[in-house]
Amino acid sequence: MSAALPRIAAADPAIFDLAAAELRDLNATLQALPPDTNETAWTVLNPRGAHAVAVGITAPVAVTIEGHVGYYCAGMNSGASITINGNAGTGVAENMMSGTVHVRGDASQSAGATAHGGLLIIDGNASARCGISMKGVDIVVKGSVGHMSAFMAQSGNLVILGDAGEALGDSLYEAKLFVRGSVASLGADCEEKPMTPEQKSELTELLRRAGASADANHFRLYGSARSLYHFHVDNAGAY
Amino acid sequence: MCGIAGLFLKNSSLERELGALTSAMLTVLTDRGPDSAGFAIYGAGNPGEVKLTLRAPASFDFEALAAGLDLAVKVRDDHAVLAVPAAVEAEVRDFLARYHPMVAVVASGASMELFKGVGLPADVCGRFGLAGMSGSHAIGHTRMATESAVTTQGAHPFSTGPDQCLVHNGSLSNHNDIRRRLIREQMTFETQNDTEVAAGYLSWKLRSGARLDEALTSALDTLDGFYTFVVGTETGFGVLRDPVACKPAVMAETDDYVAFGSEYRALVDLPGISNAHLFEPEPAKVYFWERQA
Repeated sequence: MSAALPRIAAADPAIFDLAAAELRDLNATLQALPPDTNETAWTVLNPRGAHAVAVGITAPVAVTIEGHVGYYCAGMNSGASITINGNAGTGVAENMMSGTVHVRGDASQSAGATAHGGLLIIDGNASARCGISMKGVDIVVKGSVGHMSAFMAQSGNLVILGDAGEALGDSLYEAKLFVRGSVASLGADCEEKPMTPEQKSELTELLRRAGASADANHFRLYGSARSLYHFHVDNAGAY
Repeated sequence: MCGIAGLFLKNSSLERELGALTSAMLTVLTDRGPDSAGFAIYGAGNPGEVKLTLRAPASFDFEALAAGLDLAVKVRDDHAVLAVPAAVEAEVRDFLARYHPMVAVVASGASMELFKGVGLPADVCGRFGLAGMSGSHAIGHTRMATESAVTTQGAHPFSTGPDQCLVHNGSLSNHNDIRRRLIREQMTFETQNDTEVAAGYLSWKLRSGARLDEALTSALDTLDGFYTFVVGTETGFGVLRDPVACKPAVMAETDDYVAFGSEYRALVDLPGISNAHLFEPEPAKVYFWERQA
């Protein structure tokens, strides 16, 4: 399929114009790339808000999407570096395993949902439920996040340079939430915690990797108070 | 699911394109709502006249009806817009109810016309000739039915007051209770549909003297359920999402227009979209634009 792609020159990134080609062909092409592919740079033109752009990639390639995307962009990413020069709809980088997804604009709801690894960078704001059920991903939001962010977040780090909406970290497990701005309210069983030097170093490194000019000393850390039912050993006998 | 498209022009030079732009937006939203579609469009009216949008079975002769009443009519598929002097609107409504009970009065207003029907959005827009219509603002909907049957009556928009319309993505959980309370306030309802109750609630607040933004603010306290609403009045355009914000919404604003789409895909062909201010309306926040009448 990739033989049909319009190439400008061998040294240029492969250009895939969604105004002229099918989204399924783009995803099938990217998903078929072997880990040692020489086609390591891809540019996607005219996404026009399409859903499921550049999903399920398993090769360590760079994909740049020029424009706004719809739902689930870069979902299930495993090792690719995906940049969206625009806004992303619901569920960007959902269930990412590894790699990097960088949204240069705003992200809609459920950014990074259930993601196991990798780094999700959002230059603008993310709306509700950012990092819902995150399972190890690192998410850096340079703007603010909406309500119910990090709901049932299990592990990983959510870094918010702006403000957090209502019910941050509701029913949280072991994920760490770093917030520089205000928090409208904390969800059930989420509490502020002292930041250890190790956690501060980890935050500083995350900010560096995300290209965020912010001082780790200006953040507060929130985590689980571990007081809900499933944290009590006495309830283990129920199973 | 369901899809919503709305376009409120600030610049009158786009008025001739309003129908074509709205039709294209609704067509994009087909996969959010393939069951039925509809739209309200606010265009020029004549002073002292009310536009009555009527709907009747296919065999009904609107031309003969209008000729008999000595009124002008514009027939569009199974709908027709009758131009009625405001002073005799009640008389014409009584006449229709008595002698033509198969004719439904879909909407009325100084500028609003409202069309809806079962079928794919592109077909519905085509049947009514939306692409050729002009106006100052339009609100449309593509429906994936959940709370009531796939019928023209269940299609959106709903209109429960003059020049007022509402479209809804979501479902309300307390609509039966609110409907009973509004019926006690002399509001009338044509269907068992939840969205009609939301429209009726806003109409009741407007009738009581509230501005559209005030009516929307009080809806936040009264209506329970999932909703993204887009509402229109003769001069206004409002958007409201419930506090949980399950239903999607994207807005674009330029010097020329305010546009609403359930997804960005619906906005992508609007003129000047690449320089528009794009934003996701916040939960439980009333958005409201008004023009001079």
